[in-house]
Amino acid sequence: MGDETRIPAADGVTRGLSKLMTPKLENSKNGLITTASSIAAVVLALVISGIMLKITGKDPINAYRKMIETGLEHDKLLEALQRATPLMLSAVAVAIGFKMNLFNIGVEGQYLFAALIASVVGAAVSLPAPLHVAFILLVAMAAGSVWAALAAVLKVKRGVNEVISTIMLNYVALSVIQWLFDTWFRDNSKSDLNVKTKVLPRSAWMPDIVTGRLSSMFIVAIAVVALYWVIVFKSRFGFRLRSSGMNSVAARTAGISSNRMIVSALVMSGAVAGLVAMPSVLGDIHAYGQGVPDGLGFAGIAVALLGRNHPLGIMAAAALYGFLESTAGALQIQHVPNSIIDVIKAIIVLTVVIVNEAVTRSMNRRTASRTSSALQVAKPIGATA
Amino acid sequence: MNTEGSTIAVELNGIEKRFPGVIANHDVTLIVRSGTIHAIVGENGAGKSTLMNTLYGMHQPDAGTITVNGVEQHFKSPSDAIAVGIGMVHQHFMLADNFTVLENIILGAEPTHLGVLSIGDARKRITEIAAASGTHVDLDALVSDLGVGQRQRVEILKVLFRGARILILDEPTAVLVPQEVDELFTTLRHLVDDGATIIFISHKLDEVLAVSDEITVIRDGTTVTTVLPRDVNRATLGELMVGAELPSPEGRESQVGTTVLLKVQGLTVGSGGQRKTVDDVSFAVHQAEIVGIAGVEGNGQFELCEAILGLTAISAGSVEIGEHDVTSSSTRERKSVGVSYIPFDRHREGLMLTSPLWENTLLGREGEPRFVRGPLVNTAEAHRDCNEIIDRFDVMTPSEIVPVFALSGGNQQKLLVGRELSNNPKILIAAHPTRGVDIGAQAAIWAELRRARDEGLAVVLISADLDELIGLSDTILVMYDGRITATLDPATATPKMLGTFMTGGKQEVA
Repeated sequence: MGDETRIPAADGVTRGLSKLMTPKLENSKNGLITTASSIAAVVLALVISGIMLKITGKDPINAYRKMIETGLEHDKLLEALQRATPLMLSAVAVAIGFKMNLFNIGVEGQYLFAALIASVVGAAVSLPAPLHVAFILLVAMAAGSVWAALAAVLKVKRGVNEVISTIMLNYVALSVIQWLFDTWFRDNSKSDLNVKTKVLPRSAWMPDIVTGRLSSMFIVAIAVVALYWVIVFKSRFGFRLRSSGMNSVAARTAGISSNRMIVSALVMSGAVAGLVAMPSVLGDIHAYGQGVPDGLGFAGIAVALLGRNHPLGIMAAAALYGFLESTAGALQIQHVPNSIIDVIKAIIVLTVVIVNEAVTRSMNRRTASRTSSALQVAKPIGATA
Repeated sequence: MNTEGSTIAVELNGIEKRFPGVIANHDVTLIVRSGTIHAIVGENGAGKSTLMNTLYGMHQPDAGTITVNGVEQHFKSPSDAIAVGIGMVHQHFMLADNFTVLENIILGAEPTHLGVLSIGDARKRITEIAAASGTHVDLDALVSDLGVGQRQRVEILKVLFRGARILILDEPTAVLVPQEVDELFTTLRHLVDDGATIIFISHKLDEVLAVSDEITVIRDGTTVTTVLPRDVNRATLGELMVGAELPSPEGRESQVGTTVLLKVQGLTVGSGGQRKTVDDVSFAVHQAEIVGIAGVEGNGQFELCEAILGLTAISAGSVEIGEHDVTSSSTRERKSVGVSYIPFDRHREGLMLTSPLWENTLLGREGEPRFVRGPLVNTAEAHRDCNEIIDRFDVMTPSEIVPVFALSGGNQQKLLVGRELSNNPKILIAAHPTRGVDIGAQAAIWAELRRARDEGLAVVLISADLDELIGLSDTILVMYDGRITATLDPATATPKMLGTFMTGGKQEVA
């Protein structure tokens, strides 16, 4: 047997096969299935929540109708987008981690820490208006990165699981913030009940797109999602990051340092997390204090899961969450407890995770069987006994 | 050896098993007589394991019947199969390292008296079983201290302890050196003389011919025929198994170059209190040369490869690639000067199973100028390159966008070999390049390795397949306990010789 050993009749077979399955079509079809399954999961969640309403003696149809009616009002739609803004940012921060197979639960601590530092540093400098805003955004990103980097260092140097370290660092962040605030940063010059840091100068106030309704941070958030798509899904760096997340051993064997990817992913994640509270800090309160919302870091985990870490998915999921939250008040008027909104959001996360898992498994099976049947058809005659 | 007229232990009739993605079993008929060694031969992926998993109750057949000792059975789980006396010795051992042999044997079937372990009873029974089957193993030894052959004996005892009279052995010789194979066969004969029935799964034809009373050939998911060993020889059996002539790794004239492309000197991994997994290893690989490394798995081959690639820290020694001393270079730097690597375990170290083919062929090469467009990945080029690899290495796939898990093992391996050879490396470290692939893919990979070698590639070949080593290598080194213990000429080396050195035999210095 010489050098020309080849599988008989295998030449040309593979070329012929590509006609059996058009790649592009197959890809977009998978995308459609994914989208459809997510929508189905949301509907399922609404049905389950409806049953719960019914059991507690409320009329679910009426409640949903009211939700949709008020939710579609002009002001409420703007509110939904305003509420979606920090959720998008938080979800992107979480998704960057997920893509490297890291579960960053610490977005919460990262953005609160960043909000305090950015407010304090921003109030201490004076710059022309657009620069001042940009400067504060950068400071916030840097501060978020620093806090996230702590978890990265612990993981790389000491092998500490990031789930544990980021959860712990959330508590540490809260204490550190409290201490910094109480000792140094609290503005005692005003006898206001609402304690906060020194108010930012006018130049650092971010203008609204629609005054009092929608912050310009909405545009920044959309830009961040777009950047996330380009960097993580299209760039060489993103390829390395995702590969390392898929199979860190294989990536390492191929020359991609997983430690470097862990640090990069967490630092990037922290940088985006740093922006989460900026709509409030730059557009509303103009300082750090009560009124900077908390819990957005955890909500971001849910949004990232719901959006399957996909840029469009994250935007859609954040919009849905924003919509649901914006209608909570209307339900209250209908004597439906508005905490049902939280229940719906939680059930959505559960159904989406379950439905997606089921769909992924069946799609994997389908792919495997289609691949083998496509090959079976193409097998030269006589190869099977 | 009397097969006529004896009772039937296992009868499978018209077994059908459909699976998405793998060749299922269809119309499988098998008759295993009591007190015989019955071999089941077939290529990787022919459906041997699926069939045995059916018999062992791991899954239920879609059609067909299973009859054990004359009674039709419907196994819901392996425990049903164990209950009627069927036991399975898996290819990959399932032993707890930090337990003793005795503890491992009783684990999961602990004899108790009023809820208290009765170790004494267990010891007595195991000693009896061991004596009857002619297996000798120290019951109080820690499993972590045992060699591969001894571990296998523990697995067999484990199955016997659970009362098995019909033993399924899945590729039992794959991990053994020739001497250990002989010992295993002696044990098997003992068991059969004692009345047990053995189903022996293998694709190694010489062994099958040597040990079995009857041979059933399985191909493309169905049983082709059942023959007696005296009626066939290696070639005819091989043809039955493959449906065509068998390829051979031999037949070439090589021109080993004079330039040294890879030079390893005094390489040591592990120091101080640690065991040295690689101990003062030195060798050189020239242009157009294949240096084979033989050794029982776990004797430092893996660590040696990792050290050459820069994936593990070394405590002493140096690695030179061409003119460059790369001892302190990163893995990426080493790869960029022309080192490729076919890793030991393609699923763990080589591929991203859920990612599409084209992302897998891009992995590790995403920095090459042709795949870069500014900071972005040149996706179109990556797709084109993947299709080239698919064509050149005959990877059977519908397209480059299906995920890797959808391919058969052989095609995954061809894709991996294709990736590692496609950027024209100077040096290839190939660990088990044809492990777990079908014969067609094996031949294709051998041909590509030979072609690349003839074009000047320096290859370090690590393999458990001694015929492959002898057939392809220009020089064979034997690695034992982290050291190179023998240097052999493949023209004169035999598998038996290699086996001796692999188990610690010393080479007289000429």
